[in-house]
Amino acid sequence: MDESHEPLIAETAAATTGDASHDEHAAHDVSKHIRGYLMVGGTLLLFTAITVFLSYVNFGTQKANVAVALLVATFKAGLVAAIFMHLSSEKRMIYRILIFTFFFVSGLFWLIYLAWYDPITR
Amino acid sequence: MEIPYTVTARPDTGLWNAKVGIWLFLASEVMLFGGLFSAYVFLRLDAAPGAWPHGLLNVPVGTMNTAILIASSVTVVMAWASLKMRRFRAYWWYMLVTILCGVTFLGVKLIYEWPQKFEHFGAFIKKDALEKYEPYLGNHHLAEKGLAPRTEISGHLHNHEALHDENVKEYEIALDPVNADPTNPLMDRPHFLYVPPTEKLAKIEKADVEYANMFLPKHSAYFASYFTITGLHGLHVLGGVIVFTYLWLPVGTKLYKRNPEHLANRVEVAGLFWHFVDLVWIFVFPLFYLL
Repeated sequence: MDESHEPLIAETAAATTGDASHDEHAAHDVSKHIRGYLMVGGTLLLFTAITVFLSYVNFGTQKANVAVALLVATFKAGLVAAIFMHLSSEKRMIYRILIFTFFFVSGLFWLIYLAWYDPITR
Repeated sequence: MEIPYTVTARPDTGLWNAKVGIWLFLASEVMLFGGLFSAYVFLRLDAAPGAWPHGLLNVPVGTMNTAILIASSVTVVMAWASLKMRRFRAYWWYMLVTILCGVTFLGVKLIYEWPQKFEHFGAFIKKDALEKYEPYLGNHHLAEKGLAPRTEISGHLHNHEALHDENVKEYEIALDPVNADPTNPLMDRPHFLYVPPTEKLAKIEKADVEYANMFLPKHSAYFASYFTITGLHGLHVLGGVIVFTYLWLPVGTKLYKRNPEHLANRVEVAGLFWHFVDLVWIFVFPLFYLL
């Protein structure tokens, strides 16, 4: 299990009891991130404009355009997940849940592949 | 009943309970939207050349709604950060802006975008009649350029009775620009700005029509997936707005006075849900509006 338990419990317990020094610490911690949040918001808006622009650029085939747009979308989604949803530094328990999710949703999309390439009766 | 671990971390997970709860819920949401997106991919790959429509949605409006949703993601994270810094006034304002963003997003969808589709009409022409309607389709021109053929003529339907009355033998359509001037190279690719149907009228015999309907879910695989996915997404936006409103009302103030960290945690989990809804839209927008 996560070895970082002990200090963590102590830390959050301090928050409930209204420990002033902890409050200041947490506030300071959060205020450091605000600039980052605003920058991520700006980046997301910028890449929204970029993806709209790129959709009117002819990359040769429709498939290439789809690939470019999905690449931009994945980058944007990654930013939202990592920064806004704090996944860049989360507890191990959350990652465990998400590993399963990733596995099953990949399986779901793999089913489409089965509809096109029949590995059983071909 | 006192709910345990709302603020303190549970020793075995290292997290307060709601955080684990919301992530489990989001995991199930990934599967829900994953199922619909995989259906979209399946339908799109299965579509005949030229059958999957492009440029039917209003790109500037979609872009605006994307920006609104991104802005609301920023404001909700700022609302949470304000609570963490114990600045309740700032929290209140950020939350209000978030709620207004959500309401605006829904308003644009329900009052403008969807109704505009419901008023639009399209008729898929039978294969052997395509030549007859060549002046509206411009398929020779497209074939020369190596582009996918057009099989649908769309615009505003003038004689709505034609949809139900068997005695009416033809559809009268005020043509969309693409069908009014199909060989114009400007029509080869979708426009950025929405251009409404023209004044040019066309009559299409029902006998030549494979299938015709308003732009409703049953119109095509495209609109079926569009309305299903944006509809479900819209319900999520509505859910988020309701929860945010609850946390913004005096109930939230009372909780803040009792235990500010508890309110901060509630806003954090509601925010996680909201960011997920934003994340889904980040994929919806290019898939339906741009590609």
